[in-house]
Amino acid sequence: MTRVLEVENLRVSFPDGSGRRFRPVDGVTFTLDRGETMALVGESGCGKSLTSLALLRLIPPPGRIEPDSSIRLGGTDVLGLEGNALRQIRGRRIGMIFQDPMTSLNPVLRVGDQIGEGIRAHFPVSKAEARERSLRLLQEVGIPDPGSRLDAYPHELSGGMRQRVMIAIALAAEPEILVADEPTTALDVTVQAQILEVLDRLRSSRGMAVLLITHDLGIVAGRADRVAVMYAGQIVEEAPTARLFANPSHPYTQGLFASVPRIRGPARRLTPIPGSVPPATAWPSGCRFRPRCLKAFDKCVMEPPLLPIEPGHRARCWLAETPR
Amino acid sequence: MGRWLLQRTAQALVTLAIACVLMFFLMRLAPGDPLARLSEDRPLTPAQVEALRARFGLDRPIGAQFTSFVGALAQGDLGTSIQYGRPVTALLAERIPATLLLGGAVLLLNFTVGVWLGVRQAVRRGGAADTTLTLFSLAGYATPSFWLALVLAWLVGVKWHLLPAAGMEDPLLDPGAGWVTHAVDVGRHLVLPALTLSIVSIAGTMRYQRSAMLEVLRLPYIVTAEAKGLPERAVIWRHAWRNAFFPVLTIFGLWLPLLVTGSVFVESVFAWPGLGSLAVGAVGYRDYPLLMGTSLLVAVVVVTGSLVTDLAYGFLDPRVRLS
Amino acid sequence: MTVLLEPLRRAWRTPRGRAGVLVLLAIAVVVIFSPPLLPDPLAQPDPIGGASLAPSIAHPFGTDQLSRDVLSRVAVGGRVSLAVAIIAVGLSITLGALVGLVAGYWGGLVDAALMRLVDAALAVPRLFLLLLVLAMSERVPVWALVLLIGATGWFGTSRIVRAEVLRLREESYVRASEALGASRRRVIFRHLLPNTLGPLLVAATLGVGDVILLEAGLSFLGLGIQPPAPSWGGMILDAREVLVTAPWAGLFPGAAIVLTVLSANLVGDAVRDAVDPRAA
Repeated sequence: MTRVLEVENLRVSFPDGSGRRFRPVDGVTFTLDRGETMALVGESGCGKSLTSLALLRLIPPPGRIEPDSSIRLGGTDVLGLEGNALRQIRGRRIGMIFQDPMTSLNPVLRVGDQIGEGIRAHFPVSKAEARERSLRLLQEVGIPDPGSRLDAYPHELSGGMRQRVMIAIALAAEPEILVADEPTTALDVTVQAQILEVLDRLRSSRGMAVLLITHDLGIVAGRADRVAVMYAGQIVEEAPTARLFANPSHPYTQGLFASVPRIRGPARRLTPIPGSVPPATAWPSGCRFRPRCLKAFDKCVMEPPLLPIEPGHRARCWLAETPR
Repeated sequence: MGRWLLQRTAQALVTLAIACVLMFFLMRLAPGDPLARLSEDRPLTPAQVEALRARFGLDRPIGAQFTSFVGALAQGDLGTSIQYGRPVTALLAERIPATLLLGGAVLLLNFTVGVWLGVRQAVRRGGAADTTLTLFSLAGYATPSFWLALVLAWLVGVKWHLLPAAGMEDPLLDPGAGWVTHAVDVGRHLVLPALTLSIVSIAGTMRYQRSAMLEVLRLPYIVTAEAKGLPERAVIWRHAWRNAFFPVLTIFGLWLPLLVTGSVFVESVFAWPGLGSLAVGAVGYRDYPLLMGTSLLVAVVVVTGSLVTDLAYGFLDPRVRLS
Repeated sequence: MTVLLEPLRRAWRTPRGRAGVLVLLAIAVVVIFSPPLLPDPLAQPDPIGGASLAPSIAHPFGTDQLSRDVLSRVAVGGRVSLAVAIIAVGLSITLGALVGLVAGYWGGLVDAALMRLVDAALAVPRLFLLLLVLAMSERVPVWALVLLIGATGWFGTSRIVRAEVLRLREESYVRASEALGASRRRVIFRHLLPNTLGPLLVAATLGVGDVILLEAGLSFLGLGIQPPAPSWGGMILDAREVLVTAPWAGLFPGAAIVLTVLSANLVGDAVRDAVDPRAA
């Protein structure tokens, strides 16, 4: 398995208005292999979107990536790139799909042009050739009658079609990695499955690695090979999907599973996780989940590292030290 | 689209009609005798004054004056200028080109330099250039055009003797000289008035463009454009500016009255032979047919400008065009 | 009243807003209190030897071609300009609010007629409207000038107020009040008017700068404040003849205009940012 992406100790900081900086992404480490799908799961405010933006160095100023972070793409150090070299990464090696296709597409440019410019930014082809390729991309993402859609404006398409266009744009320069930030959140339930289907198909046909960012555990099952759960700027649990579902080990993950309403089985009370997500400007000291954790004990005032549960499965919890 | 155009045009015509009535009665209801000024300059016998009064229809009741005005207007007749003794329409036609030239130059500068500076400011927000330009635009906005005109006329025209500060052409220029020489001559005379008006108007254009750009640069599709690996130039101009230009376009409709007002002062100071200086002269002479004619023309320009702006907006924004 | 004070307070907190307020206050102080300490602005003590003198300790802003002290004329002229601006703007705001409220709330024919009138009035630049009236009149007394300027400045404000009223009319608390049988007058004054005070404040502060420029322009054309009363615009007009020999005669009144309008605009901008719900 070729390693395509290595992220180590990624920290993103923002000024908090009083001269200090806070870190919504605080020490994230993960890897991505060719052909695999990894899911980054967490609620809003946990830092998962910023993590994906960091990969492309798209953190909006005054935010910045802290110097002791490391992002390696193949052999290339992404954080050391500037100017043209950085442009070469964007779109060509990592393609990104954003959450809301209505606001993520330029309303005054035709859809075909928005795909075509992505192609021409990285390949020296003519406009006609780019148009040809855009047509094929639209076909690939499953848009019916792609020829007429090329000249459409975003507002003339349905939500599902717009998201397919976003996927086409992300694929335009044939990247090795596809980052999908909440690709289905803004869509109807019926359309969600279709979009995920498209992503799956493209991943295997093109041999890409996919980083799927979502808050919805339901999407993860059956689609992702591995899962990393994020909370308060850190990864708190990572495991192959099947293991995570069978044996969730971090109390937060357990809480997530417990709070999902179930259709089958006897009707029962919903069990939410008590308390609320802490703001990034004030991460709790020690284990960040401690204030909300029903299993917290005295050691939890110290911040736990990721501890092994089973092969390939780690959790950021002191309970992992206790043999089950 | 065609239907909307028709509606909009009809609306504009109604507005103009009401404006015309408004202006007519405003003028006539003002206290004072328009002929008083005329008799200040040259001694007239009471009989001559009465004859003049009859000639200009000033002895009739106001209702009758209005009906004959409208009647004449329908035939394209705007009356006769008291000051010049010639038809108002002819005077207006003579002076329009100079104002068009000046206005055109200022508009061009606004939509090139003004827009570009506003975009630059937004892209390098908070930088040294941004702060300086903001200061400049705040000051420019607060500067009276006639004062700036005098300052520039004095500095550039008189003290440094670089450019002419009066008129549109050099009266001593050989009339037989080629059109290039004439064009250059007019061009040299155009610089100061155009510069004055531009400084004051660009101040506002820059501000609007800057704030519109800042709004657009925050939007998600700009991140998408960057994520594609597009060069910065493409992101700024092809993606951001194409959307940020619309608010600037809409204020063009508001800008026109300001430009017209400014040109009154600037043309007056630089003796630029356009509609503005014509209006000022008419004011001095209490030449109400001429003043009325000029004001009417100005209203037509403003209303047309606003109509054209709406049209352009509808044409350029695909969301509006296709609905 | 807190509706009015809150935006002003927030405007004060921004550096630009504060600068604007401070400069305006300084100008007001100078203009109100300095004239008794300065030479008579109308006096021409030495028309031959004292004319067109460059700035000196005796005459910090120099003298004009009639040997009048420029500094004192700038100060006294400022009194008139500021007074005209404030009163005219007050008038415009009141008229605009009234028309906007009536048009927005009554709707129907009244609204249509009023808005058509506003459209027509906006088609003619304000300067021209004033030229039409002033050019035809004999010398216009200051109070009439103020009235005219005020009467030509309410069109835009009425549109803004009307838009606000239309929006507010649909708010649930207004509907509830109407359902409870509140009289029209009560609804207008209790619910609609307070919510329009924000935009009105913005229009007022930004309008002051506009009126100062307008009045100066009219005076420059000989239609505003009549001589020998000093006015900034009138001083610039007089300075035209001595542009070369005594540039200070026109420079200082112009600078005074720039400074005053600039600070008024700074305050106006800060207030607008404070009132705008989109500003975080």
